[in-house]
Amino acid sequence: MTLVTLKDVSLGHGATPVLRNVNLSVDPGEIVTIVGPNGSGKSTLLKGIVGSIHPMSGSITLQKGISLGYVPQKLHIDPVLPLTVERFLRLAGGTTAQQAHDALRETAIEALAGQQMTELSGGQLQRVLLARALLNNPALLLLDEATQGLDQPGSARFYQMIADLRDKTGCAVLMISHELHVVMAASDRVICLNGHICCEGAPEHVASAPEYRALFGSGTQGALALYRHEHNHHHHDDHTHHDGCAHDA
Amino acid sequence: MLDDFMVRAALAGIGLAVAAGPLGCFVIWRRMAYFGDATAHAALLGVALGLAFHISILAGVLVVSLGMALLFQNLTDRGTSADSALGVLSHGALAFGLVAIGLMSNVRIDPMSYLFGDILAVGTGELAVIWGGAAIIVGLLVARWSALLTTTLNPELAQASGLSPKREELVLTLALALIVAMAIQVVGALLITAMLIIPAAAARPAARSPEAMAIIAMIIGVAATLGGIFVSFAIDSPTGPTMVTVAAVIFALTTAASRLRG
Repeated sequence: MTLVTLKDVSLGHGATPVLRNVNLSVDPGEIVTIVGPNGSGKSTLLKGIVGSIHPMSGSITLQKGISLGYVPQKLHIDPVLPLTVERFLRLAGGTTAQQAHDALRETAIEALAGQQMTELSGGQLQRVLLARALLNNPALLLLDEATQGLDQPGSARFYQMIADLRDKTGCAVLMISHELHVVMAASDRVICLNGHICCEGAPEHVASAPEYRALFGSGTQGALALYRHEHNHHHHDDHTHHDGCAHDA
Repeated sequence: MLDDFMVRAALAGIGLAVAAGPLGCFVIWRRMAYFGDATAHAALLGVALGLAFHISILAGVLVVSLGMALLFQNLTDRGTSADSALGVLSHGALAFGLVAIGLMSNVRIDPMSYLFGDILAVGTGELAVIWGGAAIIVGLLVARWSALLTTTLNPELAQASGLSPKREELVLTLALALIVAMAIQVVGALLITAMLIIPAAAARPAARSPEAMAIIAMIIGVAATLGGIFVSFAIDSPTGPTMVTVAAVIFALTTAASRLRG
């Protein structure tokens, strides 16, 4: 039973679709990472799954009664809005003080409960947003470039936390990232997106795929080499290539 | 007691301030100040339509203010920037309203009383409208409080928690049209936004939670209303603008106090 299934989905904001003919599904407990250049439709895809935009064609099917956890790319809180971390968490309908406290402990930021949201650092804010997403025990966690603005060790710690959460709660994770070299250790499957699905499969496969190289160049070679060195004992071979993949680069 | 025009003026102002406090917080949290202005300016056209078609001014103002909100949505959905759409609608509606009132030679009305309000002329019927409207607005905001705040923070976050951001925005648009219709006689079309924004902004330094900010904004609004009526009586100044002046002074004081402290 898949948690979410996209069938021949085209999505866009205006008349022209940003994404065409996307087919994908996420299984329970799976960590799927979407990579792609700016404007490739990554956030649009997530918005389609959340339901804030509707597909122009095709269908998006969520498992009946599924609870979603969503971590936005960034949360701009105007300084004119006073809001403590605890109050922010309790905005989600029916959240008790105990649940809010548990979620903060889960993301290792219990000490921040009384802090104003606008006084948080980028990394702290991401953890608060993650805590918010965990409140209703999501079966599927959606993360939209959740580590934007974090330095590399900060992102690595964040992704480690995601992987640990998955192991502990069994929730599936669908996340967007532009830092494949940072997330690949934690991902089961990587989807490379550029208006459509260019290639997908195990992280190491995608990293070495010509489609991925064409989009991202070889700038991440050093980190990839490091990854290979550390992980050469298990090589995934399950992958698929999609036809009709045209690149400008 | 309700015979006394001063008492009626005070009760009208308090009713307005009670609704404007929490609604004004959303106006500044969502940066809707200019939208509030446009809604208020459109109200003048509503007054003219109400008089021309012999329907109540309240109904005319509500219809035009809501129409303005829908037109704005439509324009921005089609790619006009929010800034220029509001600029056109706000001042266009104001001009249309002034022209329409000017053309109605058979009705003797003073546009000034709708631009700046005439709180001392509030009757018991209008008082009932103001308090009824205030009850509806406060009721709407209390019922949708968490949903409205979540939508204000991030629409996708709201959607993911099963809320409809569009519906919450509609709640605010409705409340805004309603408060404009209530307030046009109290402070006038030009100063309605001031009574929304200034008490809320003045409340910010003293508040650590959204709820506290809404309640403090209410209190500041009531203080500005009563202070404004008192001062205008003492120095014989126009009452609506004096209320706004007092609110602005309170803003200056709370802001200065928070600077000194922090």
